[in-house]
Amino acid sequence: MNKKGTELFIDSLLDEDVEMIFGYPGGAVLPLYDSLYDKKIPHILTRHEQGAVHAAEGYAKASGKPGVVLVTSGPGATNVITGIADAMSDSVPLIVFTGQVASSGIGKDAFQEADILGLTIPITKYNYQVRKVEDLPKVIKEAFHIATTGRKGPVVIDLPKDITLDETPVKKIAEVHIPSYQPNYMPHPNQIKKVVTAINQASKPVFLIGAGIHHSDGTTEFRELLENSKIPVVSTLLGLGIVPTDNDLFLGMGGMHGSYAANQALMEADLLINIGSRFDDRLASCPESLAKDKTIIHVDIDPAEIGKIIPTDIPIVGDAKEVIRLLNKETFNTENYADWRDTVKNYQTEAPFTYEETVEEIKPQRAIELIGKITNGEAIVATDVGQHQMWAAQFYPFKHQNQLITSGGLGTMGYGIPAGVGAQLAKPDKQVVIIVGDGGFQMTNQELAILEQYHLAPKVILINNHSLGMVRQWQESFFNERRSESVFDNQPDFQKMAEAYHLKSVRLDNAETLEEELIQAFKEKEPMVIEINCSPTEHVLPMVPPGKPNNEMIGVVKR
Amino acid sequence: MRRIISAKVRNTSGVLNRISGVLTRRQFNIESISVGVTENLDVSRITIVVSVDSDFQMEQLIKQLNKQIDVIKVIDMSADSHLERELALIKVATTSTNRQEIMSMIEPFRASIIDVSGQSIIIQIAGSSEKIDALVDVLKVYGIQELARTGITGLLRSSIK
Ligand SMILES: Cc1ncc(C[n+]2csc(CCOP(=O)(O)OP(=O)(O)O)c2C)c(N)n1
Repeated sequence: MNKKGTELFIDSLLDEDVEMIFGYPGGAVLPLYDSLYDKKIPHILTRHEQGAVHAAEGYAKASGKPGVVLVTSGPGATNVITGIADAMSDSVPLIVFTGQVASSGIGKDAFQEADILGLTIPITKYNYQVRKVEDLPKVIKEAFHIATTGRKGPVVIDLPKDITLDETPVKKIAEVHIPSYQPNYMPHPNQIKKVVTAINQASKPVFLIGAGIHHSDGTTEFRELLENSKIPVVSTLLGLGIVPTDNDLFLGMGGMHGSYAANQALMEADLLINIGSRFDDRLASCPESLAKDKTIIHVDIDPAEIGKIIPTDIPIVGDAKEVIRLLNKETFNTENYADWRDTVKNYQTEAPFTYEETVEEIKPQRAIELIGKITNGEAIVATDVGQHQMWAAQFYPFKHQNQLITSGGLGTMGYGIPAGVGAQLAKPDKQVVIIVGDGGFQMTNQELAILEQYHLAPKVILINNHSLGMVRQWQESFFNERRSESVFDNQPDFQKMAEAYHLKSVRLDNAETLEEELIQAFKEKEPMVIEINCSPTEHVLPMVPPGKPNNEMIGVVKR
Repeated sequence: MRRIISAKVRNTSGVLNRISGVLTRRQFNIESISVGVTENLDVSRITIVVSVDSDFQMEQLIKQLNKQIDVIKVIDMSADSHLERELALIKVATTSTNRQEIMSMIEPFRASIIDVSGQSIIIQIAGSSEKIDALVDVLKVYGIQELARTGITGLLRSSIK
């Protein structure tokens, strides 16, 4: 039996249990869109291709499954570049299908031709251009395999238009076997022994945990390890949720806007056990000082991460969950570092995240704290990038795996709304809260159009500080308060924007009634834009200034 | 430090682009890069000469290359006993009077003349890069019209067990 490329496309996606595709049509993908008309696989029409790829990221993070994107050639494809780079940075599994001009036009500057293979080599885990229709099923199968195994990441499949129309006999495709790609999941037992010895010799051990644990679905196992080992734990931004915020051993996020306790612990520890994070510069702004006088253990599924930033004493290449499982078979001399636990706990009580309360204006930190309280820390939180993102990390009481959907590595403004929409599509029964600044809101708010269409009910919290807050903060701190292009003198009427999308909305201005009004708003079953008119002068604190050791924080307020 | 990396890769369409991309992105200077198929037609060997500042840098580069889906194996050849060869074609201006002299000059290099015309000859030489550099120096005085070098390729010697 012969089948067309378009049919093979649908068959292959069904084979991979794809629940939905995020995309935007155009000339080169008309045949593929025609095949979607029969709705064998639901398609979410975002209002911009960047929205499609961020929505797919949000979907992937919330569901743990790969996100699938379909866009047309040329401008459709270049519009997904930002999202692909974002997914690469945060190891998000995506399959991005880009239409391409017909084979005969490739390389001839045909209408809407862009060299998407060349453009995406450095920002994909792998990419393909399908040259023959008979290769299509195999390519799709390989792409899913590559995107979802080892260190996950985005894979692009470029599909010339004629290939989707060509026919070929249907064949059974073999299991994927790529000899040059064999990610290593199982750690070396000797290395595990070394870890146990190191822990039992340590007097000041600390865990540093990152997104790798979410990706390996290892949260339950890690919590067990925490019980067994009683080692204080610091998280990266993307590691939030692995350990509940109120866990006794949890010191909070480390790094640039991390907690005093987390950063002190990272510096003073004699043993640092990094599981699934990559010593990004927002965490380790001065790697030399962080590495000094301590033993470093680094667990990562990507061998290239180990030793990249910090020389490692005990490297372990393997899946976080597998490593944690093996460690859970061991016993630890938890009394050895009982004093250390007290020391770091004291740091935490001494200097928790805080802000000055006032009734004059709404403090954004308080708004987020209240939302945490109202949602009981149970909501899926999607953020954009900026001050509000850091406040969400500091003040929202996360407690679940994959609960925080945020752009970590690339710091992509415009991420929040589409990613939140994608997360809500993945988890329709969960409360999703999208926290976004007035700058980022204006980058991708068009995706609010989807909410009505698909009956999605996230709460969009617009932290309106009338500025590009994070930029303003840096200018106020490091550029003599020269607020170059960071303050909005003119803003749209966000209430009317919400109304235009047929969404309910409120604008909250009064610090005294804020809590009551937020409670009311969260009682609504419908989606809602909740604009909070916040202080235009707040800074995210404390802060490790760029390049400084983690224990040289500014803005630490001690009780 | 000059180092020679030998990478066996799957023979896919974008592979050279990918490999050179890793090097440029991580700010390595490529002195030469050469590609050709191996005994297995689906596998190519890419030989890259780079200059690095430290062993640490070299280790990072090898890890980053190994991470590429198409890369089967990467080795730092310079760390082991190996053979390396480069081929060069050199077009030199000649007159009827100096042709004999040039021939005798190139002989110790085991170079050969592969083309002769009224005003020039083309000399072929294979060997280490230093040997080629030396011949180029010798020929400079006669006037080199054109020079084409392939870049290095190499193999590890078999270990004696
Ligand atoms: C696409 C993109 N452009 C620029 C930046 C640089 N940037 C980082 S934070 C920020 C300000 C964000 O302002 P807003 O969305 O209002 O959030 P706030 O910081 O005020 O909470 C900017 C411009 C970025 N991260 N991403």
